[in-house]
Amino acid sequence: MRRGKNGITRRSFIKGAGVAALTLGFFGPRGRESLAAEPIKIGQITPTTGFLAPTGWWATHGAMLAVDEANAAGGVLGRKIELIMEDEVNPGVAVQKARKLIEKDKVHAIQGTVSSACALAIGDVVQRAKVVFVNTGSNSDEIRNNRCHRYVFSTEGCNTQYVSTIGNWLIKNKQFNRWYFITSDYAFGHDLLRVARNLLKKNDGVELGSELVPTGSTDFSSYLLKIKNAKPDTVFHNLAGTDQTNFYKQYKEFGLPFPVAGGVCDTAPAWQAGVGNVLGMFPLVWYHTINKESAAWAEKFLKLYGKLPENQAWCDYVGTQCILGAIAKAGSLEGAKIGQALVGFKIDCLKGRELYFREWDNQLMQPMYVVRGKTREESSDKEWDIFEVVEEIPHKNEPLTAIAIPDSENVCKKEPW
Amino acid sequence: MTLTNFFYYFLNGIVMGSLYVLMAIGLSVIFGMIGIINFAHGVVYALGAYAMVLVTQQLGYWPSFVISPILVGLLGMVIEASFLRRIYVGDPLRGLLFTFGLAMVLEQLIRIIWGPSGFPYLIPGYFAGTAKSMASLGIEFSRYRFFIFICAVGVIFGLWWFIEKTPYGMIIRAGSRDPEMVRILGISLKPIMTMVFGLGAALAGFAGVLAAPLAGVQPSMGDNVGNIAFVVVVIGGLGSFWGAVLSGLLVGEVENLSILIWPPIAQSAMYILMAVILLLRPRGLFGERWERFE
Repeated sequence: MRRGKNGITRRSFIKGAGVAALTLGFFGPRGRESLAAEPIKIGQITPTTGFLAPTGWWATHGAMLAVDEANAAGGVLGRKIELIMEDEVNPGVAVQKARKLIEKDKVHAIQGTVSSACALAIGDVVQRAKVVFVNTGSNSDEIRNNRCHRYVFSTEGCNTQYVSTIGNWLIKNKQFNRWYFITSDYAFGHDLLRVARNLLKKNDGVELGSELVPTGSTDFSSYLLKIKNAKPDTVFHNLAGTDQTNFYKQYKEFGLPFPVAGGVCDTAPAWQAGVGNVLGMFPLVWYHTINKESAAWAEKFLKLYGKLPENQAWCDYVGTQCILGAIAKAGSLEGAKIGQALVGFKIDCLKGRELYFREWDNQLMQPMYVVRGKTREESSDKEWDIFEVVEEIPHKNEPLTAIAIPDSENVCKKEPW
Repeated sequence: MTLTNFFYYFLNGIVMGSLYVLMAIGLSVIFGMIGIINFAHGVVYALGAYAMVLVTQQLGYWPSFVISPILVGLLGMVIEASFLRRIYVGDPLRGLLFTFGLAMVLEQLIRIIWGPSGFPYLIPGYFAGTAKSMASLGIEFSRYRFFIFICAVGVIFGLWWFIEKTPYGMIIRAGSRDPEMVRILGISLKPIMTMVFGLGAALAGFAGVLAAPLAGVQPSMGDNVGNIAFVVVVIGGLGSFWGAVLSGLLVGEVENLSILIWPPIAQSAMYILMAVILLLRPRGLFGERWERFE
């Protein structure tokens, strides 16, 4: 018999490992769970690597907080809730993870994604499997409209909501003049560019130039030199993830004087760029200073996890609450029943208004916020205090549909349940 | 396209190129001496940036500027002495696999220790803004980028002097070409190999230190730059010092000028350059015939 260096034979190793595995199988966590009712399982697909990873941390912790709160309140339908995390990586991997969650883990719903390309890919999978997918972080209009699915819902704002929000502010401040676009070169960026161009055209603005930047770019200097030479009145960025961070930092480095506006903005990349480096006007889906409830929730989050929550944490927090609320409303764990309960589902999650899923695009109707990047002098702590909330759009007296994809653009054809 | 405009791009290409050169020389020195293709080079670059941020918080900019590359170099030496050394014998693929795995482990460690969202790190006050000395010539260029260029040139020439003019450098050069002979002469290559791996790591770390204020300091910041370093080494010729310098600058220029001339090609331009050069000179621009690697 061949002996290893330390004297363990392969056979004795297999024996030992086998006994260990069997023991764990009987008395390990799974054994204990089967005594109580099966838990409600939610699959969470979020990027933990790559250029979108910075927002991923907030997504998982937002979902974790919602699950912990629900479990502390006694669970849903008398069952505990369990969150199963997976990395998103790229559309190919995201599809495999979604399949694994559905077929092996037998999850009752899936939520997450930050990349629109991944969300689109997962949408096709969940539709076939008839499992609800709540998109909490992908912005592309396509997901809601021309490539919509019966089982796909969105709590993250769509590109039209974001652009209408910032557009509203820019119209009021007469900032439709000569624009220069800089855009992330993938599904999200292209979709956002399309929406932003429509907005500019509608308001008789001029497009001075447009650059497509590969995702994960570390150096923007050559694009910035181009912008500098073009001398636009406004620089409008359609960037995502760490690309936003690098753009902000280098924009400041090159000292370009033109005002910046963003199509979609997240707080994490801005924090990472540093207070004082992010100057301009941006739309946000949530920020911790919008009202008292949000500030209190942010305080709780900070105490638990050591960082303030950003908009992605809110999107996943509300996403989990919607899934659990729909399960309670449906009184069932069947995909179709959960989905039907989500249509028109109403919730007020820290925004001080009644939010609901609109029927035709399964999009959460909600207000957005125009924020202004603070200078270093204006920031109270030079670290977290990076934006000033300027305006809530639509205003309290206006319908939430005012910034959503107009009904006239509806081309969504949903499959039967 | 005016001449000044073109000049900006050219200047910027040189600055970015000089960062690539630092990365590529480290990779090249390690390969020449140890015969390992170091896939962890990009992560070491990220570690340099992280060291810069963390040490700055404790000691300020300049001490960190000096200490951070040294720390990264020391880490490299520890890795060499405790792991890499064990796999020199046998299939060279093992080294490649090891560093490939090491890259993933280190990147994940960064995530676990410092979180996935990275740190903000600003350009120090005295380098912020554009260079005034050039303004009189009608050129506005980021002051910090000039600083990067000057640092890179200093390190490149310092390294050249070290490798060409000092006895240690002589051992490195000799050991790269014919380790057997060096051993027969009674010189132990073990400590030299440790030192060379540390030196390569320190160079990548230094590139990370310089890049920290430019790009976001986050776990995957080295992915892109690591790939470019490989392309640079292949174009310049494996193991060639001046080959790496020339090809680093060349790649920087090609990348930047392609954005000016035809942006859609920017991302693939350097790979096209690599393909063309490999067709014309299969060993790269300055690649020599090394018996060890034939």
